[in-house]
Amino acid sequence: MQATSTLRESLITGGKTVRDVSEDISRQVEAKPTRLWWTVFGISLVVFMFGFYCLTTLLWEGIGMWGLNKTVGWAWDITNFVWWVGIGHAGTLISAILLLFRQKWRMSINRAAEAMTIFAVICAATFPLAHMGRLWLGFYWALPLPNTWGSLWVNFNSPLLWDVFAISTYFTVSLVFWYIGLIPDFAVIRDRAVRTGHKTRAAIYNALSFGWDGAAKTWMRYESVALILAGLSTPLVLSVHTIVSFDFATSVVPGWHTTIFPPYFVAGAIFSGFAMVLTLLIVTRKVFKLEDYITIYHIELMNIVIIITGSIVGIAYITEFFVAWYGQVPAEFYAFYNRAFGPYWWAYASMMTCNVISPQLFWFKKLRTNIVATFVLSIIVNIGMWFERFVIIVTSVHRDYLPSSWSMFYPTLYDVGEYLFTFGLFFTAFFLFAKFFPVINMAEVKSIIKSSSERRH
Amino acid sequence: MSNTSENYLVGIFDDEDVLLHGVEGIREKGVKIHEVYSPFPVHGLDEVLGYRRTRLPIAAFLFGMTGTSLALVMQIWMLGFDWPMIIGGKNYVSLPPFIPVTFELTVLLSALGMVATFFIVSDMKPYKKPRSYDLRSTDDKHVMAINLAANKISKDDISRILKDNGASEVNEKNF
Repeated sequence: MQATSTLRESLITGGKTVRDVSEDISRQVEAKPTRLWWTVFGISLVVFMFGFYCLTTLLWEGIGMWGLNKTVGWAWDITNFVWWVGIGHAGTLISAILLLFRQKWRMSINRAAEAMTIFAVICAATFPLAHMGRLWLGFYWALPLPNTWGSLWVNFNSPLLWDVFAISTYFTVSLVFWYIGLIPDFAVIRDRAVRTGHKTRAAIYNALSFGWDGAAKTWMRYESVALILAGLSTPLVLSVHTIVSFDFATSVVPGWHTTIFPPYFVAGAIFSGFAMVLTLLIVTRKVFKLEDYITIYHIELMNIVIIITGSIVGIAYITEFFVAWYGQVPAEFYAFYNRAFGPYWWAYASMMTCNVISPQLFWFKKLRTNIVATFVLSIIVNIGMWFERFVIIVTSVHRDYLPSSWSMFYPTLYDVGEYLFTFGLFFTAFFLFAKFFPVINMAEVKSIIKSSSERRH
Repeated sequence: MSNTSENYLVGIFDDEDVLLHGVEGIREKGVKIHEVYSPFPVHGLDEVLGYRRTRLPIAAFLFGMTGTSLALVMQIWMLGFDWPMIIGGKNYVSLPPFIPVTFELTVLLSALGMVATFFIVSDMKPYKKPRSYDLRSTDDKHVMAINLAANKISKDDISRILKDNGASEVNEKNF
């Protein structure tokens, strides 16, 4: 018999049975959308449409519409790109790495976190695509395709090209992983639709479930596939932000040219990703009444991940500063001095406050088990992480070796507009997902309900 | 027994532990089980049913190796032979910068190839209409299907064996 630790709290509360899981999670897919859902979806759609207007104008007129200048050639676009990719790290981390570590608390949150990952990566991809200017030629520039220049191939020595491969592989594998997890749950909704006589719904969800039947042989293969996908995704998730950091680290720009970037970017990505998962899940559990599935215990565990990764990021900031001083390279030292005390000091101060000081509040158990505090802090963390990327990117380039070319960056409506576009896209997609797909992995949650019911026997 | 239809005896189990012991007991009695359908993966069920371990990991490895070789051949041929260019004074072919793309393509092909293999061997496709022995098999019941034509034991005896081994219900289903 399985031993149950008394130290660990139960993962699913409310004495749920296997039946209740199907009922609670499928209900929100089957019911008509609520007024609350229409409101939040409507707002997201309006933001999306406004952003879409800004994006089409940008593509029509060219990227001169952004506030970039000769000195600052990378600003909001790359900041937002890195920010979204970072957010996109939590989903696959939760489902892959926590699966390998057999952390069962991932089971109630992995579905929504993976959905978030996929939408965040789509949002991230819009920025480099828009930055290409002539998007329609992007395929030739980014992919090794034969072209009219006599097959002048892409440069495989460039970290920008590695990024193309890293992001697209990450997106594809995350999508496949997420979809594989959804298949048995689509079958649950299909069978419920067959029972209640909803023929169209049954047909749609049957197609989505690939005709899943839940046979023991299929489950055996399915588990093997899930485990290998987790094994493949684990190095993948770590490689993505490592390669994103190479975009900067392999350059010779002071403030970018540092070997600490890969681990520091990965920690920052997990930090912001978990913060975004918390923001979304706190809302989702309230809207869909999932308090028994996403418990305070889940929130507390995620907050612990935030303390750890937040502290790693804090140490990385201090180490960077120390090395800039200890290395005694004047340009390098000036880049860091200028970050903290130059014209962008407010961005640096925001980053330090939001990323280094605020997560330390989670050492108090009262705060990390408090929903309001967690919600507020999760947003603060993501504001901080946005400023981190802004600080790294803009302050490093706005003052280079030649003081006569020093400059400042001021965003235009189209910088803001494209950022809003991705917000609209992200939330529209997330609300559609939350309405039409089961937000919690029913099959996995059912399997832990069973083992927790063993105590009763 | 008519020739046009297949007759199945369907045992319903409420609990996975009862199911695991039940499968052992039923197989000991010489009853051939067609398949067991569960709402969630039951660990050890494949062993008691006597299934061979899946060879999908081998497929994943082979697809991964295909990705590795494809990526290396592509990069070496394109930058080393088809259109060699001096970039930053480096060799035409130097392996370290090729590692990221090679890694990504290895993972990509391994994942996609393995999942495609999984769909093919499990006969899963969007337009497939699965046979449902009992709709509760995706909800909260474990459903054991026994093909009567494949068994020499009489229907009543199988029904009794199922009940003795923990089935909460035994139904008949014809296709």
